[in-house]
Amino acid sequence: MEINDQHIDKLSDLARLQFNREEREAMKADMKKMIDFVEQLNGVDTTGVEPLIYMTEDTLELRKDELGPELSQADALKNAPSKDSDYFKVPKVLDK
Amino acid sequence: MSQTAYTFQSLAQTREDLLSGKISASALAEHYLSKAKSEDKYNAFLELFDASALETAAAIDKRIAAGEPVGKLAGCIIGIKDNICYKGHKVGAASKILEGFESMFTATAVERLLQEDAIIIGRLNCDEFAMGSSNENSAYGPVKNPINPSLVPGGSSGGSASAVASGLCMASLGSDTGGSIRQPASFTGLVGLKPTYGRISRYGLIAFASSFDQIGPFTKTVADAELMYQVMAGRDQMDSTSARRPVHEQRTSKKTYRFAYYKEVIESEGMHPDTRKLFDEKVAGLKAEGHEVIEASFPYLDQLVPCYNVLAMAEASSNLGRYDGVHYGKRSEKAEDIPSTYFNSRSEGFGPEVKRRIMLGTFVLSTGYYDAYYSKGQKVRRLIKDATDKLLTEVDFILSPTTPHPAFKIGEKADDPIALYLEDIFTVQANLTGHPAISVPMGTTADGLPLGIQLLGNAFDEETLFNGASLLH
Repeated sequence: MEINDQHIDKLSDLARLQFNREEREAMKADMKKMIDFVEQLNGVDTTGVEPLIYMTEDTLELRKDELGPELSQADALKNAPSKDSDYFKVPKVLDK
Repeated sequence: MSQTAYTFQSLAQTREDLLSGKISASALAEHYLSKAKSEDKYNAFLELFDASALETAAAIDKRIAAGEPVGKLAGCIIGIKDNICYKGHKVGAASKILEGFESMFTATAVERLLQEDAIIIGRLNCDEFAMGSSNENSAYGPVKNPINPSLVPGGSSGGSASAVASGLCMASLGSDTGGSIRQPASFTGLVGLKPTYGRISRYGLIAFASSFDQIGPFTKTVADAELMYQVMAGRDQMDSTSARRPVHEQRTSKKTYRFAYYKEVIESEGMHPDTRKLFDEKVAGLKAEGHEVIEASFPYLDQLVPCYNVLAMAEASSNLGRYDGVHYGKRSEKAEDIPSTYFNSRSEGFGPEVKRRIMLGTFVLSTGYYDAYYSKGQKVRRLIKDATDKLLTEVDFILSPTTPHPAFKIGEKADDPIALYLEDIFTVQANLTGHPAISVPMGTTADGLPLGIQLLGNAFDEETLFNGASLLH
């Protein structure tokens, strides 16, 4: 499958990534190679096969509604690139 | 600087040496810290945890002096891969995007090691977000193979392999999503275990592909791997996918076992001649000891790596969505509003391989391609799992080389993603199906490079897997 600029535009927007011209050409070539490679899946007849989604055999059960270990506000904020005493800070959202 | 000499034999022996007073935990910790500082020519350690390691060691010595009991791993010096959390310590998945990040909690696997009085000595280099087969994708530079520093140690847990192989720690933790423990174990002459999916809690493991990832040990011997496994395995409330099945305490074994191998792969052109030769010798040896080794065919050999690529990259693109430059990790200096915070922080923070996988994962999950790739991959995954389960009703183990080739030169395959992905041909099956698999050394090539042999066994029957591994090593 050919990967064109429109594909890269759409995917990089969805993935919140950006590429310069050189990186974009490399990505196009690499993605084409990888997609051609995974096309081998089409060689298998999967008619009537249920997709395998969960790897656990145990049935999941609800835990008791009791307070467990929790992250304090201070801990949650500890690694923030920008914060004040109570909140994560982001660059301004609205122009004046 | 400590002048203590210590010859490591086994984890159990180290505990004995502590109890008999031959050496103290503090002396051991000092010895290994100083060794890791002066002898790490392989870029294996990203950081040493001097203060907490010495503190843990002093507490163990105090308890021994007071005649109090100590845990199964007392005094054992263990390194952890840089994607496993340890409270109050940095962890970064070898990525710039997590530079400076400090864990707010401890991974259950690490917590259980600490409960048994292990000493966590530091964090180990790896491929960024565990994505790679050569450890050339770390933001902190490639890891080198102690057997020959011009060679890769394998990946993604390359630092974990190099540190144990060069004696800088006694054992280490890695994570295995498509072979990231077993392949580097093979390249460095170690034992590497990927337990059954759900055996060891993933709580505190930085997620790559959640339906594939498992934590496991690197050790010198099968007995050490078993001890580490027993300590870490078992249900954990913090990971809803962790299994409730009991973990064996004592092994019982059969006299003989049944093994199957894929003849067409062993005889294929892509196989290094020394790999084939060593493998054939192991097969002959097993037969001579009365075990049965049969040739089997597997209908989906060509689909193993493509299926893994589609699903693991889809999960990666989703899991790595959390790195947004807002809550933790790197924020770009070019962040001026919300979109530019996301776009710039992610584009500056992630390396090329991570971006490649996020893009491919995004592609297979996107409208118009979801059914043809992602859904198709999940269906093929079911067929691969069913076929593997069926084969394992007929035999105890699927036997294969761990890798087609020994360790390659740093830079040799860096430009060819497909060549690197093919390195995973034997290892991805166990991650696709959830089965446990172990790599043990099977010998060295004519050039003196180690190669591993892999056993894949029935789900939640690590006991039998260790029996098989003991036969081979």
